[in-house]
Amino acid sequence: MLNAQSIRADFPILQRQVHGKPLVYLDNAATSQKPEAVIQALTDYYRRYNANIHRGVHTLAEEATAAYEDARRKVGRFINARSPREVVFVRNTTEAINLVAASWGRANVHQGDVIILSEMEHHSNLVPWQLLAQATGAQLEFIGLDDQGRLLVGHPALPGSGQSLDHLLAAHGERVKLVSLSGMSNVLGTINPVADIARQVHEAGALLLVDGAQSVPHLPVDVRAIDADFLAFSGHKMLGPTGIGVLWARPAILEAMPPYMGGGDMIKSVGLLSSEWNELPHKFEAGTPNVADAIGLAAAVDYLTGLGMNQVHAHEHELTAYALDRLAAVPDLQIYGPPAADRPLGRGGVVSFNLIKDGELLIHPHDLASILDHEGIAIRAGHHCAQPLVEHYCVPAMARASFYVYNLEQEVDTLVEALLKARRIFGLK
Amino acid sequence: MDDFYREEILEHYTHPHHYGTLAHPDISHEEQNPLCGDQVRFDIQLDDDQQTVQDVRFSGVGCAISKASASMLSDLIVGKKLDEIKALTKDDVMDELGLDLGPVRLKCALLPLKVVKAGVYGLSGDPDQPSDDDTQDEW
Repeated sequence: MLNAQSIRADFPILQRQVHGKPLVYLDNAATSQKPEAVIQALTDYYRRYNANIHRGVHTLAEEATAAYEDARRKVGRFINARSPREVVFVRNTTEAINLVAASWGRANVHQGDVIILSEMEHHSNLVPWQLLAQATGAQLEFIGLDDQGRLLVGHPALPGSGQSLDHLLAAHGERVKLVSLSGMSNVLGTINPVADIARQVHEAGALLLVDGAQSVPHLPVDVRAIDADFLAFSGHKMLGPTGIGVLWARPAILEAMPPYMGGGDMIKSVGLLSSEWNELPHKFEAGTPNVADAIGLAAAVDYLTGLGMNQVHAHEHELTAYALDRLAAVPDLQIYGPPAADRPLGRGGVVSFNLIKDGELLIHPHDLASILDHEGIAIRAGHHCAQPLVEHYCVPAMARASFYVYNLEQEVDTLVEALLKARRIFGLK
Repeated sequence: MDDFYREEILEHYTHPHHYGTLAHPDISHEEQNPLCGDQVRFDIQLDDDQQTVQDVRFSGVGCAISKASASMLSDLIVGKKLDEIKALTKDDVMDELGLDLGPVRLKCALLPLKVVKAGVYGLSGDPDQPSDDDTQDEW
Protein backbone atom coordinates (compact mmCIF):
# COMPACT_ATOMS: atom_id res chain seq x y z
CA MET A 1 0.00 0.00 0.00
CA LEU A 2 1.01 3.58 -0.52
CA ASN A 3 2.20 5.50 2.47
CA ALA A 4 0.06 8.57 1.95
CA GLN A 5 1.49 10.22 5.03
CA SER A 6 5.01 10.22 3.62
CA ILE A 7 3.76 11.13 0.12
CA ARG A 8 2.27 14.30 1.64
CA ALA A 9 5.75 15.57 2.46
CA ASP A 10 6.42 15.82 -1.30
CA PHE A 11 3.56 18.28 -1.84
CA PRO A 12 4.41 21.76 -0.49
CA ILE A 13 0.84 23.06 -0.83
CA LEU A 14 -0.44 20.50 1.66
CA GLN A 15 1.33 22.46 4.42
CA ARG A 16 -1.09 25.29 3.80
CA GLN A 17 -3.82 26.39 6.13
CA VAL A 18 -7.21 27.60 4.92
CA HIS A 19 -9.32 29.74 7.28
CA GLY A 20 -6.93 28.71 10.05
CA LYS A 21 -7.45 24.99 9.47
CA PRO A 22 -5.12 22.48 7.76
CA LEU A 23 -6.00 22.17 4.07
CA VAL A 24 -8.00 19.02 3.29
CA TYR A 25 -7.84 18.90 -0.48
CA LEU A 26 -10.65 16.77 -1.90
CA ASP A 27 -11.07 18.40 -5.31
CA ASN A 28 -8.68 16.16 -7.21
CA ALA A 29 -11.09 15.36 -10.03
CA ALA A 30 -10.93 19.09 -10.89
CA THR A 31 -7.17 19.33 -10.61
CA SER A 32 -4.47 17.62 -8.58
CA GLN A 33 -1.74 19.20 -6.49
CA LYS A 34 1.89 19.14 -7.63
CA PRO A 35 4.85 17.41 -5.99
CA GLU A 36 8.12 19.25 -5.44
CA ALA A 37 9.67 17.20 -8.28
CA VAL A 38 7.26 18.72 -10.80
CA ILE A 39 7.71 22.26 -9.52
CA GLN A 40 11.47 21.71 -9.62
CA ALA A 41 11.37 20.42 -13.21
CA LEU A 42 9.55 23.59 -14.29
CA THR A 43 11.93 25.98 -12.55
CA ASP A 44 14.96 23.99 -13.76
CA TYR A 45 13.84 24.41 -17.32
CA TYR A 46 13.29 28.15 -16.95
CA ARG A 47 16.45 28.66 -14.89
CA ARG A 48 18.87 26.49 -16.82
CA TYR A 49 17.91 25.61 -20.38
CA ASN A 50 14.91 27.62 -21.57
CA ALA A 51 15.05 27.80 -25.39
CA ASN A 52 12.84 27.24 -28.39
CA ILE A 53 12.94 23.70 -29.68
CA HIS A 54 13.46 21.76 -32.93
CA ARG A 55 15.19 24.67 -34.68
CA GLY A 56 18.06 26.18 -32.73
CA VAL A 57 21.43 24.48 -32.84
CA HIS A 58 22.86 26.12 -29.76
CA THR A 59 23.34 24.20 -26.54
CA LEU A 60 20.22 25.46 -24.80
CA ALA A 61 18.05 24.61 -27.81
CA GLU A 62 19.55 21.12 -27.99
CA GLU A 63 18.93 20.54 -24.29
CA ALA A 64 15.37 21.86 -24.43
CA THR A 65 14.57 19.78 -27.53
CA ALA A 66 15.98 16.65 -25.92
CA ALA A 67 13.98 17.24 -22.72
CA TYR A 68 10.74 17.88 -24.65
CA GLU A 69 11.10 14.76 -26.78
CA ASP A 70 12.19 12.79 -23.74
CA ALA A 71 8.97 13.91 -22.06
CA ARG A 72 7.02 12.57 -25.02
CA ARG A 73 8.75 9.19 -24.70
CA LYS A 74 8.04 9.00 -20.96
CA VAL A 75 4.38 9.86 -21.41
CA GLY A 76 4.10 7.35 -24.26
CA ARG A 77 5.63 4.57 -22.16
CA PHE A 78 3.35 5.46 -19.26
CA ILE A 79 0.32 4.48 -21.36
CA ASN A 80 2.23 1.67 -23.14
CA ALA A 81 2.17 3.33 -26.55
CA ARG A 82 4.18 1.61 -29.28
CA SER A 83 6.02 4.73 -30.35
CA PRO A 84 6.44 8.40 -29.36
CA ARG A 85 5.01 9.21 -32.82
CA GLU A 86 1.62 8.31 -31.37
CA VAL A 87 1.82 10.98 -28.65
CA VAL A 88 0.61 14.47 -29.57
CA PHE A 89 1.02 17.19 -26.96
CA VAL A 90 -1.99 19.49 -26.62
CA ARG A 91 -3.25 21.80 -23.89
CA ASN A 92 -5.66 19.41 -22.19
CA THR A 93 -8.27 16.69 -22.72
CA THR A 94 -10.66 19.22 -24.19
CA GLU A 95 -8.20 20.27 -26.86
CA ALA A 96 -7.36 16.65 -27.65
CA ILE A 97 -11.03 15.81 -28.26
CA ASN A 98 -11.56 18.99 -30.26
CA LEU A 99 -8.56 18.06 -32.36
CA VAL A 100 -10.10 14.68 -33.20
CA ALA A 101 -13.52 16.20 -33.88
CA ALA A 102 -12.13 18.96 -36.09
CA SER A 103 -9.54 16.94 -37.99
CA TRP A 104 -10.62 13.29 -38.09
CA GLY A 105 -14.29 14.21 -37.72
CA ARG A 106 -14.45 16.64 -40.63
CA ALA A 107 -12.67 14.14 -42.87
CA ASN A 108 -14.61 11.03 -41.89
CA VAL A 109 -18.04 11.98 -40.56
CA HIS A 110 -20.77 12.90 -42.99
CA GLN A 111 -24.47 13.59 -43.17
CA GLY A 112 -26.45 10.72 -41.68
CA ASP A 113 -23.47 9.17 -39.87
CA VAL A 114 -23.83 8.39 -36.17
CA ILE A 115 -21.57 9.21 -33.23
CA ILE A 116 -22.34 7.37 -30.00
CA LEU A 117 -21.66 9.09 -26.67
CA SER A 118 -23.15 8.44 -23.24
CA GLU A 119 -25.28 10.27 -20.72
CA MET A 120 -22.36 10.51 -18.29
CA GLU A 121 -20.00 12.54 -20.47
CA HIS A 122 -18.15 15.66 -19.40
CA HIS A 123 -18.96 18.69 -21.56
CA SER A 124 -15.53 18.28 -23.20
CA ASN A 125 -16.68 14.96 -24.67
CA LEU A 126 -20.08 16.29 -25.65
CA VAL A 127 -19.86 19.81 -27.06
CA PRO A 128 -17.13 19.10 -29.69
CA TRP A 129 -19.40 16.37 -31.13
CA GLN A 130 -22.40 18.69 -31.06
CA LEU A 131 -20.37 21.16 -33.13
CA LEU A 132 -19.33 18.40 -35.53
CA ALA A 133 -22.91 17.13 -35.83
CA GLN A 134 -24.17 20.63 -36.54
CA ALA A 135 -21.50 21.16 -39.19
CA THR A 136 -21.90 17.80 -40.94
CA GLY A 137 -25.48 16.72 -40.34
CA ALA A 138 -24.30 13.69 -38.37
CA GLN A 139 -26.47 12.30 -35.59
CA LEU A 140 -25.59 11.90 -31.92
CA GLU A 141 -26.86 8.95 -29.90
CA PHE A 142 -26.41 8.33 -26.19
CA ILE A 143 -25.81 5.21 -24.15
CA GLY A 144 -28.01 5.33 -21.05
CA LEU A 145 -27.17 4.48 -17.44
CA ASP A 146 -28.49 1.84 -15.09
CA ASP A 147 -29.74 2.81 -11.63
CA GLN A 148 -26.22 2.43 -10.19
CA GLY A 149 -24.71 4.86 -12.66
CA ARG A 150 -23.14 2.27 -14.98
CA LEU A 151 -23.28 2.38 -18.77
CA LEU A 152 -25.87 0.13 -20.34
CA VAL A 153 -23.50 -1.98 -22.41
CA GLY A 154 -24.85 -5.45 -23.16
CA HIS A 155 -28.32 -5.19 -21.68
CA PRO A 156 -31.19 -4.83 -24.09
CA ALA A 157 -32.81 -1.41 -23.66
CA LEU A 158 -35.61 -1.54 -21.12
CA PRO A 159 -38.75 0.49 -21.63
CA GLY A 160 -38.25 3.86 -19.98
CA SER A 161 -34.49 3.42 -19.56
CA GLY A 162 -31.74 4.74 -21.77
CA GLN A 163 -30.42 2.81 -24.74
CA SER A 164 -27.64 0.24 -24.53
CA LEU A 165 -24.47 0.21 -26.61
CA ASP A 166 -25.48 -3.17 -28.10
CA HIS A 167 -28.80 -1.78 -29.13
CA LEU A 168 -27.36 1.41 -30.63
CA LEU A 169 -24.69 -0.46 -32.61
CA ALA A 170 -27.28 -2.89 -33.95
CA ALA A 171 -29.80 -0.16 -34.75
CA HIS A 172 -27.41 2.09 -36.66
CA GLY A 173 -25.04 -0.48 -38.19
CA GLU A 174 -22.46 0.90 -40.57
CA ARG A 175 -23.59 4.46 -40.01
CA VAL A 176 -21.80 4.43 -36.64
CA LYS A 177 -18.40 6.02 -37.22
CA LEU A 178 -17.23 6.70 -33.68
CA VAL A 179 -17.99 5.84 -30.09
CA SER A 180 -16.54 8.34 -27.62
CA LEU A 181 -16.72 7.54 -23.91
CA SER A 182 -15.26 8.48 -20.60
CA GLY A 183 -12.85 5.93 -19.11
CA MET A 184 -14.07 6.97 -15.66
CA SER A 185 -16.91 9.30 -14.76
CA ASN A 186 -15.84 12.57 -13.13
CA VAL A 187 -19.16 12.66 -11.24
CA LEU A 188 -20.10 9.06 -10.43
CA GLY A 189 -16.67 7.44 -10.20
CA THR A 190 -17.92 4.69 -12.53
CA ILE A 191 -15.02 2.93 -14.25
CA ASN A 192 -16.21 1.94 -17.70
CA PRO A 193 -15.16 -1.41 -19.25
CA VAL A 194 -13.47 0.30 -22.21
CA ALA A 195 -11.52 -2.78 -23.37
CA ASP A 196 -14.74 -4.79 -23.74
CA ILE A 197 -16.39 -1.82 -25.39
CA ALA A 198 -13.48 -1.45 -27.84
CA ARG A 199 -14.05 -5.04 -29.06
CA GLN A 200 -17.74 -4.38 -29.62
CA VAL A 201 -17.10 -1.08 -31.35
CA HIS A 202 -14.48 -2.56 -33.67
CA GLU A 203 -16.74 -5.49 -34.56
CA ALA A 204 -19.26 -2.89 -35.64
CA GLY A 205 -16.61 -1.23 -37.82
CA ALA A 206 -16.38 2.00 -35.82
CA LEU A 207 -13.59 3.68 -33.85
CA LEU A 208 -13.39 4.23 -30.09
CA LEU A 209 -12.18 7.38 -28.35
CA VAL A 210 -11.56 7.12 -24.61
CA ASP A 211 -11.73 10.32 -22.58
CA GLY A 212 -9.03 9.45 -20.08
CA ALA A 213 -9.14 12.69 -18.08
CA GLN A 214 -10.11 10.76 -14.92
CA SER A 215 -8.84 7.26 -15.72
CA VAL A 216 -5.23 7.97 -16.76
CA PRO A 217 -4.37 9.78 -13.48
CA HIS A 218 -5.91 7.11 -11.25
CA LEU A 219 -5.73 3.70 -12.96
CA PRO A 220 -3.15 1.71 -14.87
CA VAL A 221 -4.05 2.59 -18.48
CA ASP A 222 -2.53 0.52 -21.29
CA VAL A 223 -3.53 1.61 -24.79
CA ARG A 224 -2.56 -1.77 -26.24
CA ALA A 225 -4.65 -3.70 -23.71
CA ILE A 226 -7.63 -1.39 -24.19
CA ASP A 227 -7.15 -1.43 -27.97
CA ALA A 228 -8.86 1.95 -28.34
CA ASP A 229 -8.21 4.23 -31.31
CA PHE A 230 -7.87 7.56 -29.47
CA LEU A 231 -7.06 8.40 -25.85
CA ALA A 232 -7.24 11.96 -24.51
CA PHE A 233 -5.98 13.13 -21.10
CA SER A 234 -4.74 16.15 -19.15
CA GLY A 235 -1.50 16.66 -17.26
CA HIS A 236 -2.89 18.80 -14.47
CA LYS A 237 -5.15 16.06 -13.11
CA MET A 238 -2.17 13.68 -12.76
CA LEU A 239 0.20 15.77 -10.61
CA GLY A 240 1.48 17.69 -13.66
CA PRO A 241 1.17 21.34 -14.64
CA THR A 242 -1.84 23.00 -16.27
CA GLY A 243 -1.66 23.73 -19.99
CA ILE A 244 -0.34 20.34 -21.11
CA GLY A 245 -2.37 17.36 -22.23
CA VAL A 246 -2.08 14.43 -24.58
CA LEU A 247 -3.82 12.98 -27.56
CA TRP A 248 -2.72 9.41 -28.21
CA ALA A 249 -3.93 7.74 -31.40
CA ARG A 250 -3.01 4.88 -33.70
CA PRO A 251 -0.34 6.13 -36.10
CA ALA A 252 -2.25 5.01 -39.20
CA ILE A 253 -5.18 7.16 -38.11
CA LEU A 254 -2.97 10.14 -37.30
CA GLU A 255 -1.18 9.79 -40.65
CA ALA A 256 -4.47 10.01 -42.52
CA MET A 257 -5.79 12.97 -40.51
CA PRO A 258 -5.42 16.48 -41.93
CA PRO A 259 -3.63 19.03 -39.71
CA TYR A 260 -5.66 20.76 -37.02
CA MET A 261 -3.81 24.07 -36.92
CA GLY A 262 -1.34 25.49 -39.37
CA GLY A 263 1.87 27.27 -38.48
CA GLY A 264 5.50 26.72 -37.65
CA ASP A 265 6.91 23.32 -36.70
CA MET A 266 4.02 21.38 -38.23
CA ILE A 267 5.43 21.71 -41.76
CA LYS A 268 8.19 20.03 -43.73
CA SER A 269 8.37 22.75 -46.36
CA VAL A 270 6.32 25.83 -47.08
CA GLY A 271 5.51 27.57 -50.34
CA LEU A 272 3.41 30.66 -50.80
CA LEU A 273 0.36 28.68 -51.90
CA SER A 274 0.82 25.29 -50.31
CA SER A 275 2.94 23.36 -47.84
CA GLU A 276 4.02 19.87 -47.02
CA TRP A 277 3.17 18.57 -43.57
CA ASN A 278 5.73 17.47 -41.05
CA GLU A 279 5.87 13.86 -39.86
CA LEU A 280 4.07 12.57 -36.78
CA PRO A 281 3.46 13.81 -34.21
CA HIS A 282 4.75 17.26 -35.19
CA LYS A 283 2.05 17.63 -37.86
CA PHE A 284 -0.35 18.33 -34.99
CA GLU A 285 1.86 20.62 -32.95
CA ALA A 286 1.81 23.96 -34.75
CA GLY A 287 3.74 26.82 -33.20
CA THR A 288 6.09 26.84 -30.23
CA PRO A 289 4.70 24.14 -27.95
CA ASN A 290 4.36 24.15 -24.19
CA VAL A 291 7.91 22.96 -23.58
CA ALA A 292 8.05 23.67 -19.86
CA ASP A 293 4.82 21.95 -18.98
CA ALA A 294 5.59 18.90 -21.13
CA ILE A 295 8.79 18.57 -19.08
CA GLY A 296 6.75 19.08 -15.91
CA LEU A 297 4.33 16.35 -17.02
CA ALA A 298 7.25 13.97 -17.52
CA ALA A 299 8.30 14.63 -13.92
CA ALA A 300 4.73 13.83 -12.82
CA VAL A 301 4.81 10.60 -14.83
CA ASP A 302 8.11 9.67 -13.15
CA TYR A 303 6.55 10.34 -9.77
CA LEU A 304 3.44 8.23 -10.50
CA THR A 305 5.55 5.45 -12.01
CA GLY A 306 7.63 5.46 -8.84
CA LEU A 307 4.48 4.94 -6.78
CA GLY A 308 3.09 2.36 -9.20
CA MET A 309 -0.32 2.88 -10.79
CA ASN A 310 -1.67 -0.35 -9.31
CA GLN A 311 -0.77 1.02 -5.88
CA VAL A 312 -2.35 4.38 -6.71
CA HIS A 313 -5.56 2.64 -7.70
CA ALA A 314 -5.53 0.36 -4.65
CA HIS A 315 -5.03 3.31 -2.29
CA GLU A 316 -7.92 5.25 -3.80
CA HIS A 317 -10.12 2.17 -3.87
CA GLU A 318 -9.58 1.61 -0.17
CA LEU A 319 -10.12 5.29 0.66
CA THR A 320 -13.31 5.40 -1.42
CA ALA A 321 -14.71 2.32 0.31
CA TYR A 322 -13.91 3.96 3.65
CA ALA A 323 -15.56 7.23 2.56
CA LEU A 324 -18.73 5.52 1.30
CA ASP A 325 -18.95 3.67 4.58
CA ARG A 326 -18.40 6.77 6.76
CA LEU A 327 -20.69 9.01 4.67
CA ALA A 328 -23.52 6.51 5.07
CA ALA A 329 -23.64 7.63 8.72
CA VAL A 330 -24.60 11.22 7.77
CA PRO A 331 -28.40 11.56 7.84
CA ASP A 332 -30.16 12.36 4.54
CA LEU A 333 -26.93 11.98 2.57
CA GLN A 334 -27.51 10.54 -0.87
CA ILE A 335 -24.52 9.22 -2.80
CA TYR A 336 -24.65 8.96 -6.58
CA GLY A 337 -22.99 6.18 -8.55
CA PRO A 338 -21.95 2.55 -8.14
CA PRO A 339 -20.94 0.75 -4.92
CA ALA A 340 -17.30 0.68 -3.82
CA ALA A 341 -16.89 -2.96 -4.79
CA ASP A 342 -18.25 -2.47 -8.29
CA ARG A 343 -16.73 -4.91 -10.82
CA PRO A 344 -14.17 -5.31 -12.20
CA LEU A 345 -12.05 -2.44 -10.88
CA GLY A 346 -14.29 -1.03 -8.18
CA ARG A 347 -15.51 2.53 -8.03
CA GLY A 348 -13.00 5.28 -8.73
CA GLY A 349 -12.10 7.84 -6.09
CA VAL A 350 -14.93 10.25 -6.85
CA VAL A 351 -17.91 10.58 -4.52
CA SER A 352 -20.75 12.93 -5.46
CA PHE A 353 -23.50 13.47 -2.92
CA ASN A 354 -26.31 15.68 -1.70
CA LEU A 355 -28.08 16.27 1.58
CA ILE A 356 -31.56 15.68 0.25
CA LYS A 357 -34.94 14.60 1.58
CA ASP A 358 -38.01 13.70 -0.48
CA GLY A 359 -36.34 15.15 -3.55
CA GLU A 360 -35.67 18.53 -1.90
CA LEU A 361 -32.13 19.69 -1.22
CA LEU A 362 -31.72 20.29 2.51
CA ILE A 363 -28.54 22.27 1.93
CA HIS A 364 -27.55 23.49 -1.52
CA PRO A 365 -24.15 22.04 -2.56
CA HIS A 366 -22.75 25.57 -2.88
CA ASP A 367 -23.63 26.29 0.73
CA LEU A 368 -22.08 22.97 1.73
CA ALA A 369 -18.92 23.80 -0.17
CA SER A 370 -18.69 27.23 1.51
CA ILE A 371 -19.19 25.77 4.99
CA LEU A 372 -16.64 23.03 4.30
CA ASP A 373 -14.22 25.64 2.97
CA HIS A 374 -14.35 27.37 6.33
CA GLU A 375 -13.25 24.05 7.83
CA GLY A 376 -10.29 23.97 5.44
CA ILE A 377 -11.92 21.35 3.19
CA ALA A 378 -11.86 21.86 -0.59
CA ILE A 379 -14.65 20.06 -2.44
CA ARG A 380 -16.45 20.87 -5.67
CA ALA A 381 -20.10 21.90 -5.96
CA GLY A 382 -22.14 22.38 -9.10
CA HIS A 383 -22.82 20.33 -12.20
CA HIS A 384 -19.15 19.31 -12.64
CA CYS A 385 -19.25 20.16 -16.34
CA ALA A 386 -21.63 17.25 -16.83
CA GLN A 387 -24.95 19.09 -16.81
CA PRO A 388 -26.98 16.38 -18.60
CA LEU A 389 -25.77 13.78 -16.09
CA VAL A 390 -26.61 15.92 -13.05
CA GLU A 391 -30.05 16.64 -14.54
CA HIS A 392 -30.49 12.89 -15.06
CA TYR A 393 -30.60 12.67 -11.25
CA CYS A 394 -33.17 15.52 -11.07
CA VAL A 395 -31.04 17.83 -8.93
CA PRO A 396 -29.66 21.28 -9.82
CA ALA A 397 -26.19 20.48 -8.49
CA MET A 398 -24.13 17.98 -6.51
CA ALA A 399 -21.30 18.20 -4.00
CA ARG A 400 -18.25 16.12 -4.88
CA ALA A 401 -15.25 14.86 -2.93
CA SER A 402 -12.48 13.26 -4.98
CA PHE A 403 -9.30 11.60 -3.77
CA TYR A 404 -5.69 11.15 -4.78
CA VAL A 405 -2.46 9.63 -3.57
CA TYR A 406 -1.97 12.06 -0.68
CA ASN A 407 -5.42 11.78 0.90
CA LEU A 408 -5.87 10.10 4.28
CA GLU A 409 -8.69 8.34 6.07
CA GLN A 410 -8.55 11.04 8.73
CA GLU A 411 -9.37 13.60 6.04
CA VAL A 412 -12.53 11.62 5.28
CA ASP A 413 -13.31 11.83 9.00
CA THR A 414 -12.82 15.61 8.87
CA LEU A 415 -15.22 15.75 5.92
CA VAL A 416 -17.86 13.76 7.78
CA GLU A 417 -17.51 15.97 10.89
CA ALA A 418 -17.89 19.10 8.74
CA LEU A 419 -21.01 17.72 7.04
CA LEU A 420 -22.55 17.12 10.45
CA LYS A 421 -21.60 20.66 11.43
CA ALA A 422 -23.23 22.02 8.25
CA ARG A 423 -26.43 20.23 9.26
CA ARG A 424 -26.30 21.89 12.66
CA ILE A 425 -25.70 25.34 11.13
CA PHE A 426 -28.77 24.84 8.94
CA GLY A 427 -30.84 23.74 11.91
CA LEU A 428 -31.02 20.07 10.89
CA LYS A 429 -30.71 17.49 13.64
CA MET B 1 -16.84 30.26 10.57
CA ASP B 2 -20.20 30.30 12.27
CA ASP B 3 -20.62 33.97 11.51
CA PHE B 4 -20.06 33.28 7.79
CA TYR B 5 -23.57 31.84 7.57
CA ARG B 6 -24.70 34.28 10.22
CA GLU B 7 -28.15 34.10 11.65
CA GLU B 8 -29.61 36.87 9.52
CA ILE B 9 -28.65 35.09 6.30
CA LEU B 10 -30.11 31.81 7.49
CA GLU B 11 -33.25 33.59 8.71
CA HIS B 12 -33.82 35.09 5.26
CA TYR B 13 -33.09 31.67 3.74
CA THR B 14 -35.55 29.73 5.88
CA HIS B 15 -38.17 32.50 6.00
CA PRO B 16 -37.65 34.53 2.84
CA HIS B 17 -39.52 37.82 2.50
CA HIS B 18 -41.77 38.33 -0.52
CA TYR B 19 -41.39 34.71 -1.65
CA GLY B 20 -43.83 33.64 -4.34
CA THR B 21 -45.25 35.01 -7.57
CA LEU B 22 -47.70 37.78 -8.57
CA ALA B 23 -50.75 37.09 -10.73
CA HIS B 24 -50.43 40.22 -12.88
CA PRO B 25 -46.94 41.69 -12.53
CA ASP B 26 -45.90 44.75 -14.53
CA ILE B 27 -42.39 43.36 -14.64
CA SER B 28 -41.43 39.70 -14.58
CA HIS B 29 -37.94 38.49 -15.28
CA GLU B 30 -36.00 35.29 -14.69
CA GLU B 31 -32.36 34.33 -15.08
CA GLN B 32 -30.06 31.46 -14.23
CA ASN B 33 -26.56 31.09 -12.98
CA PRO B 34 -25.33 28.32 -15.29
CA LEU B 35 -22.45 27.48 -12.95
CA CYS B 36 -24.56 26.32 -10.05
CA GLY B 37 -28.05 25.90 -11.40
CA ASP B 38 -29.40 28.81 -9.34
CA GLN B 39 -32.51 30.25 -10.93
CA VAL B 40 -34.25 33.42 -9.76
CA ARG B 41 -37.47 35.08 -10.93
CA PHE B 42 -38.74 38.47 -9.76
CA ASP B 43 -42.32 39.71 -10.27
CA ILE B 44 -42.84 43.44 -9.70
CA GLN B 45 -46.10 45.35 -9.36
CA LEU B 46 -45.94 49.12 -9.95
CA ASP B 47 -48.05 51.99 -8.58
CA ASP B 48 -50.43 53.80 -10.91
CA ASP B 49 -47.58 56.16 -11.75
CA GLN B 50 -45.76 53.17 -13.31
CA GLN B 51 -42.60 54.43 -11.64
CA THR B 52 -42.76 53.14 -8.07
CA VAL B 53 -42.54 49.55 -6.88
CA GLN B 54 -45.73 48.74 -5.02
CA ASP B 55 -45.19 45.04 -4.45
CA VAL B 56 -42.66 42.37 -5.30
CA ARG B 57 -42.34 38.58 -5.20
CA PHE B 58 -39.42 36.38 -6.01
CA SER B 59 -39.17 32.64 -6.64
CA GLY B 60 -36.69 30.06 -7.77
CA VAL B 61 -34.23 27.51 -6.56
CA GLY B 62 -30.83 28.34 -5.24
CA CYS B 63 -28.35 28.33 -2.44
CA ALA B 64 -28.75 30.18 0.85
CA ILE B 65 -26.65 33.09 -0.37
CA SER B 66 -28.74 33.74 -3.49
CA LYS B 67 -32.01 33.25 -1.64
CA ALA B 68 -31.01 35.54 1.25
CA SER B 69 -29.76 38.10 -1.25
CA ALA B 70 -33.08 37.97 -3.14
CA SER B 71 -35.05 38.29 0.10
CA MET B 72 -33.03 41.29 1.28
CA LEU B 73 -33.22 42.89 -2.16
CA SER B 74 -36.99 42.48 -2.19
CA ASP B 75 -37.15 44.50 1.06
CA LEU B 76 -34.85 47.08 -0.45
CA ILE B 77 -36.84 47.77 -3.62
CA VAL B 78 -40.39 48.01 -2.27
CA GLY B 79 -41.42 51.69 -2.44
CA LYS B 80 -38.41 52.58 -4.60
CA LYS B 81 -38.63 54.42 -7.94
CA LEU B 82 -37.42 52.53 -11.00
CA ASP B 83 -34.62 55.06 -11.43
CA GLU B 84 -33.46 54.34 -7.89
CA ILE B 85 -33.42 50.62 -8.67
CA LYS B 86 -31.37 51.25 -11.79
CA ALA B 87 -28.87 53.04 -9.57
CA LEU B 88 -28.48 50.09 -7.18
CA THR B 89 -24.99 48.63 -7.22
CA LYS B 90 -23.18 45.51 -6.19
CA ASP B 91 -22.06 47.34 -3.04
CA ASP B 92 -25.66 48.00 -1.97
CA VAL B 93 -26.36 44.27 -2.07
CA MET B 94 -23.09 43.30 -0.43
CA ASP B 95 -23.66 45.82 2.37
CA GLU B 96 -27.01 44.20 3.07
CA LEU B 97 -25.54 40.69 3.05
CA GLY B 98 -22.54 41.71 5.11
CA LEU B 99 -20.44 38.90 3.62
CA ASP B 100 -17.00 38.83 2.10
CA LEU B 101 -17.32 36.53 -0.90
CA GLY B 102 -14.91 35.28 -3.53
CA PRO B 103 -15.69 35.72 -7.24
CA VAL B 104 -17.55 32.41 -7.59
CA ARG B 105 -19.98 32.86 -4.68
CA LEU B 106 -20.33 36.55 -5.60
CA LYS B 107 -22.25 35.42 -8.68
CA CYS B 108 -24.77 33.69 -6.40
CA ALA B 109 -25.13 36.83 -4.29
CA LEU B 110 -25.58 39.17 -7.26
CA LEU B 111 -27.92 37.07 -9.41
CA PRO B 112 -31.08 38.61 -7.83
CA LEU B 113 -29.85 42.17 -8.50
CA LYS B 114 -29.04 41.18 -12.07
CA VAL B 115 -32.58 39.81 -12.51
CA VAL B 116 -34.25 42.90 -11.02
CA LYS B 117 -32.18 45.35 -13.06
CA ALA B 118 -32.63 43.42 -16.30
CA GLY B 119 -36.39 43.37 -15.65
CA VAL B 120 -36.53 47.09 -14.90
CA TYR B 121 -34.42 48.06 -17.88
CA GLY B 122 -36.44 45.74 -20.10
CA LEU B 123 -39.71 47.43 -19.08
CA SER B 124 -38.57 50.95 -19.72
CA GLY B 125 -37.05 49.99 -23.08
CA ASP B 126 -33.99 51.93 -21.98
CA PRO B 127 -31.30 52.08 -24.65
CA ASP B 128 -28.68 51.97 -21.87
CA GLN B 129 -29.49 48.35 -21.05
CA PRO B 130 -27.06 46.94 -18.56
CA SER B 131 -24.49 44.68 -20.06
CA ASP B 132 -24.52 41.04 -19.03
CA ASP B 133 -22.19 41.75 -16.15
CA ASP B 134 -23.61 45.07 -15.09
CA THR B 135 -23.61 44.01 -11.47
CA GLN B 136 -19.90 43.23 -11.53
CA ASP B 137 -16.98 45.58 -11.43
CA GLU B 138 -15.01 45.43 -14.63
CA TRP B 139 -11.76 45.24 -12.70
